[in-house]
Formats: sequence, structure tokens, C-alpha cells
Amino acid sequence: MGVDIQVEHLNAWFGKTRAVQDITLKMSANHATAIIGPSGCGKSTFVRCINRMHETVPEARVSGQIRIGDLNVYNGTSATQVRRRIGMVFQKPNPFPTMSIYDNVAAGLKLNGFRDRRQLDEIVERSLTMAALWHEVKDALRKQSGASLSGGQQQRLCIARALAVEPQVLLMDEPCSALDPISTSKIEELIFQLKQRYTIVIVTHNMQQASRVAEYTGFFLLGNLIEFDKTEKIFTNPSDKRTEDYITGRFG
Amino acid sequence: MSRAMTLKASQADLSVSLWRRAIDLLATFAAGSAVVLVLLPLGAVFGYLVYKGIGSLNWAFLSQTPKPVGEAGGGMANAIAGSALILGIASVIGVPVGIGAGVYLAEYGRNRLGDLIRFTADVLNGVPSIVIGIVAYGIVVLRQRHFSALAGGVALAIMMIPTITRATEEMVLLVPTAVREAAYGLGVSRWRTTISITLRTAMSGVITGVMLAFARVAGETAPLLFTAFGNTYWNWNMNQPTAALPLQIFVYAISPFDEWHRQAWAGALVLIVLIVVSVSAVRLVAGRGMLKGSS
Ligand SMILES: Nc1ncnc2c1ncn2[C@@H]1O[C@H](COP(=O)(O)OP(=O)(O)OP(=O)(O)O)[C@@H](O)[C@H]1O
Ligand SMILES: [Mg+2]
Repeated sequence: MGVDIQVEHLNAWFGKTRAVQDITLKMSANHATAIIGPSGCGKSTFVRCINRMHETVPEARVSGQIRIGDLNVYNGTSATQVRRRIGMVFQKPNPFPTMSIYDNVAAGLKLNGFRDRRQLDEIVERSLTMAALWHEVKDALRKQSGASLSGGQQQRLCIARALAVEPQVLLMDEPCSALDPISTSKIEELIFQLKQRYTIVIVTHNMQQASRVAEYTGFFLLGNLIEFDKTEKIFTNPSDKRTEDYITGRFG
Repeated sequence: MSRAMTLKASQADLSVSLWRRAIDLLATFAAGSAVVLVLLPLGAVFGYLVYKGIGSLNWAFLSQTPKPVGEAGGGMANAIAGSALILGIASVIGVPVGIGAGVYLAEYGRNRLGDLIRFTADVLNGVPSIVIGIVAYGIVVLRQRHFSALAGGVALAIMMIPTITRATEEMVLLVPTAVREAAYGLGVSRWRTTISITLRTAMSGVITGVMLAFARVAGETAPLLFTAFGNTYWNWNMNQPTAALPLQIFVYAISPFDEWHRQAWAGALVLIVLIVVSVSAVRLVAGRGMLKGSS
């Protein structure tokens, strides 16, 4: 089941520049929250703070609090522990290039010491099915490398890989930006189904996409959260002038 | 108006395309000649070795130990085995150390210690092989009080390490950050990611580096002169003086006997063939696990 994500006074730095400034918001369980805003406003940085990926960048730093259910992300736990609970899908598909399709999906479990082959088979099939990729790859699972798939298939493979470890939260950073409309709509459908089990955070440049898949939307500008509300409200009747300017295409 | 102009335009097109084809032809020719120029020395060396060596190459040469001076026949079987032993020892020491150091440099080496290791490796790469032989003499032979295959293996390992280290570092650095992040995102720890994801992704390049280092030291003579020393008999004990193909070739080549000269040529041919065969075998085995579509 999904869990709430509670963010309090989150700041993130790259060296001396602060890319995310004092963000406080709550993303609720079993819903999708969209993060929108112009390029460079800190959306990716914000999302990468949630699973402590930000700190892998040299010189990067974080302050503030994030709670995922009862887990305090930045206090009393390790980054690997946090990341096992949170799946992440990146903007550019990044399958493990030397691994087969099967091994890509099983990687998270295998590398963390899971060995039961029968169960692995089941999990791989289930994850690929959830990611709407099973039928396209089931005959080439062990023969073909993850890198040999098309871009859209690779992205769904990455989603399957994230789902295989059964996270509680799924972070998606512009998962469709490199995809054609058909793959995009497949992934959107997928998000719709995944919501029943996960808490989803999705960064997107596509406002239609935000309004199609997300119940809540946050608008970022220059590292600040300008407005956070029901998606419908943000797109029809925003309370901040800057949000309105952005969604009507007056800047950004 | 239009007719004359289109005519002119198409004439211009034609001359452009002729010009392009000429350039294309020229470039193809230049590249082709470069290939020939590269292959020529290689072919010449190999052809000459075959020409000089094939005559003395027979089953006895591959299965017998050297005969005393004056007696005809005999072979270099013990030297072939000795080379295998010394190279085995060198690889067992040099490959893990080299790969380990390379991975360290690429993943954790952005500091003073990393710079120091890089500098050391580059200097070591430029040290004459005879000097490395002296070092191995100092650290192994003097301690054991006699020459040994182990000492030869250590000398060759020291020569392999810098090549493998820098090749591994380069190959690991080529692995995109996105691949590492994918592993981190699954909750895989940093060291596990380094070994099971990053190094694995870079593996085919790393193997190429290892084979390059292997082929380079396989023909080394100088570092073996006062380490492995040579032996006219069979030896499988790594603590005893051991024959090696390059040593045997060297000794036979500077001898005053025609029979030994011919055997030296045969030995050189065998050495080259063995290097080519072992490098190809490793590539074949490493390539077999390769999947469709992986690079
Ligand atoms: N590795 C880095 N080192 C230094 N600064 C960085 C780094 N990555 C991002 N930044 C800076 O942090 C700010 C926020 O970047 P971020 O990637 O979060 O933007 P974004 O909203 O995701 O943009 P986009 O929509 O283009 O993906 C930008 O000003 C960027 O220049
Ligand atoms: Mg981004």
C-alpha cells in the first residue's frame, strides 16, 4: 500500500547555489502528485531529495525533513534503506546495458541478496505485465539485452525494474519526455493503475499529462513551491498570478 | 527564362556531385592505403617468422627439452610450459591488482591518493623492463636466495599492473552516471553497484586492456634474465628456476650454432602463435556470454 510523503522545510544545494528552497508539502497515499514548472526550477532536484539521490552528486547538500509513512528519510536510516522503499524512473531510460531483460527486472532483488529462482520468475513476469511490456518481450527475456529495446520499451522496462522491488512510492522524473504518443499513453494508463498501490510523484512538462494522471499538482519556480493544490484548481483557477502565467503559456 | 536557369542549376549540381565523388574516392583510397601500411609490417614479421621457423617446427620441438650442444633435435617444450607458468603467476597477481586499482581510481580516486596512484602508474609504465627485473630480483630472488618462476611472475606482474590500471579506469569512467543511478535507485549499496553494475558494464573493455597487457609482457625477455633465469629441464615448481620462451630464444639466438639459430626462429614463431591464440581464446570466451544488442 502507498504511504503519505510529508516534506518539511526542504532545502537542497549544489555547492553554494540553492536549487530547492524551503519546500513544505504533503503528497498523499495512493494518489499521483504532479510537479510542474519551467526548466531549471528544481523539479528534478526536489524529487531526487525524496529518495536521497541528491546526495550522490559531489558537493550536494540537503536540509529539512522528509517522512515517508513512518520512515524518517534523513534521520536514523541509511540511503539504501530509503531507496528500497522508493522506486525511481528517470527521464532518460537507463536499463543496465549488459544485462538481459530478465536480469534487468530482477536486478534490484538479486543485488540485494534475493535468490529464490521460482519466485524471481514470478516477480519478473508480474512486474513486466504491470509495466505493459510482458507480451512484447516474453520470448526474448534471457536472450536479449535491455539496451536492444526501443526507447519506449526501455522506459517500461525501467518501470518494471522499479516495481519488482515492491516499493511504496514511485518517483517519475519526466518518464515520457523521450517517448512517442502511443508509449506515452501506455505509461499514463499504467500510472492510473499503479495509483491503487503506490504513492506516485511525477515530474512533467506536459500540462495535459499532469491533468490526466494527477490529483494534485505543485508548481515550482526558481526553486520555490509557488502553489500546491488539486490539479483541477491549479489548471482552472490558480490563486497565484505566476501559476496562471505559466499554465497559460505566458512564460517558461 | 526558366529553362536556361534549370539547365544551369542542374549543371552546377552535376559538378558538385562530381567533385564530391572525387573527394569520396580520394578519402576511401587514403584510408585503404593506411590500412595496408598498418598491415604490411605485421604481415612481414609474421611471414618472415613462418619462413624461417617452420622448418624446425615439429613434434619433437613441442614435446622435448633441449639437447646438449652438438646433438641435433630436442625442443623447447619446457620453455613453453615455463612461459605458461610465469604468465599464470603474473596474471594471478597483476590482473586483480590492476583492475582493483583502476576501479578505485575511477570511482573513488578524485583525491590526492588517486592522483598519486595515477602518477605512480604512469611512471611505472615508462620504467625500462630490465629495471623492473632488477627490482624483482631484489624483492624475491635475494629473499629466496635463488632464481624462480615466482620472481619472473612478479616482474611481469609489475609490468602488467599500470597498463591494466589505466585501461580499467578509462573503461569504468565511460560507464554513464545514469547506469549507476539506476542501481542506487534500487537500494543497491555503493560498493555493490561498483562491482556488480559498473565494473560489469565496463567488462568487455577491461578485458581488452588485460589482454593488451598480457600480450605485451608475454614476449618480455629482460625482466626474466635474473628472475626466472632459465632452465634446460622441466620445472613445475614456482620456487625453482624456470625456462621461458623469450629467454630460450635469446640464448639460442646469440649462440654460435646454426641448429640453435633455427630453433630460435621456431621458438619465436611459437611464441607469437601462442600469444595470438590465448588472446583470441579469451575474447571468444568473454564474447560468448554477450547478449543480443548489448555493446
Ligand atoms: N549536478 C549539478 N551541479 C550543479 N548545479 C546543478 C546540477 N544539477 C542541476 N543543477 C542546477 O540546479 C537547478 C535545478 O535543476 P533541476 O535539474 O532540478 O531542474 P528541473 O526543474 O528538473 O529542470 P528540467 O525541467 O530542465 O529537467 C538548475 O539551476 C541547475 O542549473
Ligand atoms: Mg529535470
